[in-house]
Amino acid sequence: MKRVQRGSHGKDNMSEKRVLEPDDVRRAVTRMAHEIIERNQGLDGVVLIGVQSGGVWLASALGAEIARIDSAIPVGSIDASLYRDDIGLRPVHPAAVSDIDFDVDGATIVLIDDVLFTGRTVRAALDALGEYGRPKAVQLAVLVDRGHRELPIRPDFIGKNLPTSGDESVSVTADGVVIS
Amino acid sequence: MSRSLLSIEELGVDGVQRVLELADTMAEVNRRPNPKVPALRGRTVCNVFFEDSTRTRLSFETAAKRLSADTMTFAVSQSSLNKGESFRDSIETIAAMGVDAFVIRHASAGAPWLVEDWTTASVVNAGDGWHAHPTQALLDVYTVRVALNRTAGFDGLRVAVVGDIKHSRVARSTTTAFKALGADVIWVAPTTLLPPVVGETATDRLDDVIGDGVDVLYMLRMQNERMTEALVPNLREYTARFGLTPKRAACLAPSTIVMHPGPVNRGVEIAIDLGELPGSVVKQQVTNGISVRMAVLYDLLSANPNSTSDIEINDDVAAAPKEHP
Repeated sequence: MKRVQRGSHGKDNMSEKRVLEPDDVRRAVTRMAHEIIERNQGLDGVVLIGVQSGGVWLASALGAEIARIDSAIPVGSIDASLYRDDIGLRPVHPAAVSDIDFDVDGATIVLIDDVLFTGRTVRAALDALGEYGRPKAVQLAVLVDRGHRELPIRPDFIGKNLPTSGDESVSVTADGVVIS
Repeated sequence: MSRSLLSIEELGVDGVQRVLELADTMAEVNRRPNPKVPALRGRTVCNVFFEDSTRTRLSFETAAKRLSADTMTFAVSQSSLNKGESFRDSIETIAAMGVDAFVIRHASAGAPWLVEDWTTASVVNAGDGWHAHPTQALLDVYTVRVALNRTAGFDGLRVAVVGDIKHSRVARSTTTAFKALGADVIWVAPTTLLPPVVGETATDRLDDVIGDGVDVLYMLRMQNERMTEALVPNLREYTARFGLTPKRAACLAPSTIVMHPGPVNRGVEIAIDLGELPGSVVKQQVTNGISVRMAVLYDLLSANPNSTSDIEINDDVAAAPKEHP
């Protein structure tokens, strides 16, 4: 599940910088799982929802880690393509069908994405979530916060703060994080 | 990617697959308590129907509304066409009001291609004469894909299209779509109801086709409004040889699905209560039609920008390569 943030602009031979190793990712996931449990004083009503497509593997990794530490909680995914504000400005293709087979009314949703950049995907995902019900609260967990926000959106759980320039691309997988 | 959907041939296999996958996303929207998304806010879809239609027009209108597009309906019977305005002038007048997509049904084959030449808007062919009806074909293959859980394609699927193939744009488009996905299609009709040139396998023996086993039985409507000559002796004889009678229904394998584009001539091509036919997916065809038409409108309009798009996008999903200052 390789996802490239931003185009590579044809600069193929540009240097790649590996900023997180697989072990670093695993440790960050473990820490975030503990933080989610701690912040919510347990797991009562807590559900995880990964944002298609990059947040889905992270949601299932966090779900597995939380189940190991404490107890299993519902994990779903949401595709926010149809709520984006750039439809018509560039091709926007839904990645997969949203899968939320639990009740979100009154739940505490931890929305999960791999990289937080402009915040526009999170904005779209929040709008999409509203169609499924009225959660008690929505928290945001990201593996990498790379800055350059264009909307007032702030993550609650962060794997790693990663200063980048706007034209770099960040690729995140369970095998690590690479800037190029 | 083309700005219009005029025929299955022009959409191509990749396009068909793309629409079917999008339709899965739209079907999920339609299952929600509030089946509406903001994807096409600010876009306008105009239905222009020169032939009668209930389901297709309402289906397109519902699809556009569920994507938050605005809809207009050009009612031919109340239009200035009655004052002698030409088809082209009517289209250009509506286009000047700022329409992003025309949904066209016309009795003349090829009319949607003309409309595409006259405007910069997207054009969707909602049926032109005896020629093509691509969104019907897409909803047909989508219905089979869902009913038989065949997401990978239709390799080895046996489809029989039965009835008035000569006058049927549905038969032509749906045959093309099924074959594009790998199915084997056989046409079952009296020779008087076959087109002059037949590229498909054809037979006039429905009982043999059912006896050999068939996965999809696609019953066409007898189009009395297009019959200008006596092509079948009478409808009772047609039903006896080509209709889905209780006796034939009993011979169908339990896994066979029965389809019909609607509206059904009860007692003619289907002489059995569809509710008693376990394999009938006729209602699903109508329901899926909305998801498929949402997919088509989204596919065309999300890729056809309204000209004023010079906005800097600092994007956080995998974006197309883009130069940055």
